[in-house]
Amino acid sequence: MTDMAIEDAVAQTMVASRARALNAFKFGDATFYWMTRIAAICVLLILGGIIAYLIVGAWPALTTYGLNFLSTQRWAPELDPPVLGGLAPIYGTLLTSAIALLIAVPVGLGVAVFLTELCPQWLRRPIGIAVELLAGIPSIIYGMWGFFVLGPALANTIEPAIVSFFARVPVLNVIFAGPTSNQSIFNASLILAIMVLPFITAIARDVFLTVPPVLKEAAYGVGCTTWEVVRSVMVPYTRVGLIGGIMLALGRALGETMAVTFVIGNAFRVQASIFAPGTTISAAIASEFAESADLYQSALILLGLLLFVLTFFVLAAARLMLMQLRRRAGG
Amino acid sequence: MLFRTLTRAALAAVAVATVSVGAQAANINGAGATFPFPIYSKWADAYKKETGTGLIYQSIGSGAGIKQIQSKTVTFGATDIPQSPDDLKKWGMVQWPMVMGGIVAVVNIDGVKPGDLVLDGSTLADIFLGKIKTWDDPAIAKLNGSLKLPSAAIAVVHRADGSGTSFNFTNYLSKASEEWGSKIKFAATVEWPVGVGAKGNEGVAGNVAQTKNSIGYVEYAYAKQNKLTYADMINKAGKKVSPTLAAFQAAAANAKWDPAQNFYMILSDQPGDESWPMTAATFILMYKEPQDKAASADAIKFFDWAFKKGGKMAEELDYIPIPDSVVTLIESMWNSDIMNK
Repeated sequence: MTDMAIEDAVAQTMVASRARALNAFKFGDATFYWMTRIAAICVLLILGGIIAYLIVGAWPALTTYGLNFLSTQRWAPELDPPVLGGLAPIYGTLLTSAIALLIAVPVGLGVAVFLTELCPQWLRRPIGIAVELLAGIPSIIYGMWGFFVLGPALANTIEPAIVSFFARVPVLNVIFAGPTSNQSIFNASLILAIMVLPFITAIARDVFLTVPPVLKEAAYGVGCTTWEVVRSVMVPYTRVGLIGGIMLALGRALGETMAVTFVIGNAFRVQASIFAPGTTISAAIASEFAESADLYQSALILLGLLLFVLTFFVLAAARLMLMQLRRRAGG
Repeated sequence: MLFRTLTRAALAAVAVATVSVGAQAANINGAGATFPFPIYSKWADAYKKETGTGLIYQSIGSGAGIKQIQSKTVTFGATDIPQSPDDLKKWGMVQWPMVMGGIVAVVNIDGVKPGDLVLDGSTLADIFLGKIKTWDDPAIAKLNGSLKLPSAAIAVVHRADGSGTSFNFTNYLSKASEEWGSKIKFAATVEWPVGVGAKGNEGVAGNVAQTKNSIGYVEYAYAKQNKLTYADMINKAGKKVSPTLAAFQAAAANAKWDPAQNFYMILSDQPGDESWPMTAATFILMYKEPQDKAASADAIKFFDWAFKKGGKMAEELDYIPIPDSVVTLIESMWNSDIMNK
């Protein structure tokens, strides 16, 4: 009797403590659920807050200049009322990013193909790590290198050679025209290309490694060259990932600030020659925001809003392209 | 170059920080121009040792300093750009010059040493307008006689950020050149027709040091520290002058400071045989009827001490103290205009 009573009591306490323990878990679960949910909502609130701030801040400039802001090249904050147009920084942002991708995409894919297909095994790790380290270098270091080393080298030796080489070729003699400058659109584009190269290479290498060896071996088996395997098997198989990597690179190139401010020359002019100084949206904001006020500051915030919209559309376009590709490929 | 500036700024910041730790409510608060930050910090350090009262100065730029004093978050604002008597009257503020500096044109041409090159205002303006494109232009040759200059293109370097230095430099150009005065005018930021923009005095100095055949403009201290080649100038009196403390002081002495105009004075292109044409003052703004009278009185005590004992320290850092005759005018303005009691 006594034994049973003891066992009962023990069982009951066990049930009770089990329920308590479970309750404690329930509380923990709920806390965790709400903490993650609040964190997720915070992200949305912060994003919404930033957009709201940009629109409110840009409103005076938006109502004053309207669409003319996009087509006006003059940037004269000292006038009363100030004449402010975003054409030069928008042009500079798009042009530097475009040239950067034009250089970085072929080189980046080339490095990735070399690493996955052609490179001897012992060399793969050192080159792979070197490329990854390139991605870890702070942008200010690129800026300093571009300012002290690349800029003078370009302006004093490489660019004059290109200018005289194309001097008699129509169109090209306008794009590659002197006088050369230590800080230029081209210098900024090169720095950007080097900065986004590791993104493209790292992602391309990773997706190339996902290509089933059987596909490649089959292609080699029917007599394909390495180039044909890359072009007809690897790139089609991995295009989704490749485009994702390139868009990520484009996003970084569009918004890069410090390195570009060092090497682009901060000149509010639209010039055909890529060896001339220019400016970008982020460089303009970085160098002028601190001392700006009123309408002038509002115009700088409007530039920021435009950059935000531009980056948003690039990412959205990338998403859309990826979705279509996936649908066409059948899932 | 960058390092020295950074170290100096860091040391100054540390100095201000240490000052702020020890003192209780007695700190003086100010904000504004970056150009006088090193000397204000040095004064603050010495003043703290002598009196126990500290100074917290936020070096955030002239425009931002004016905003801070308008919103009354600081006791005084500092600006390189003098404010007009009308604006000051509207705001209920007084203004006076605190310290001065010289602006010099700096060049990087092979074989040209400091003071070899001579320029005048209209030639300088034509270079910055892009009308004079090469160093062997006849207009430059005429001023330089036997000096051999290359036929290379001139690389113009200007400030990318809004700045009191640009304000005073463009003011001189608009006085010296009619075309500059009508087309570009003068301001903290202007629509530069040619050249590349660099951030801060140190940015322009670094850019000129890097770029062959370039020209830029910086506060004298930066040219001296970075051992840049400065150009001598032909001043308003038609005399050739070199950038020296004496020439800057001559410009300041020739200037007619008028307390009735709130000492509104742009020191460029002053008359006098010895005057350096690109001299600039940096100003202090304070309320006539301050909310916190005790804080205002403390600030005035500090400025009085700086005028009386800070001159030597200013010269050590390549600043030019305000002449005694002007200090007398400023102090009588304090007594009559600022109501600290």
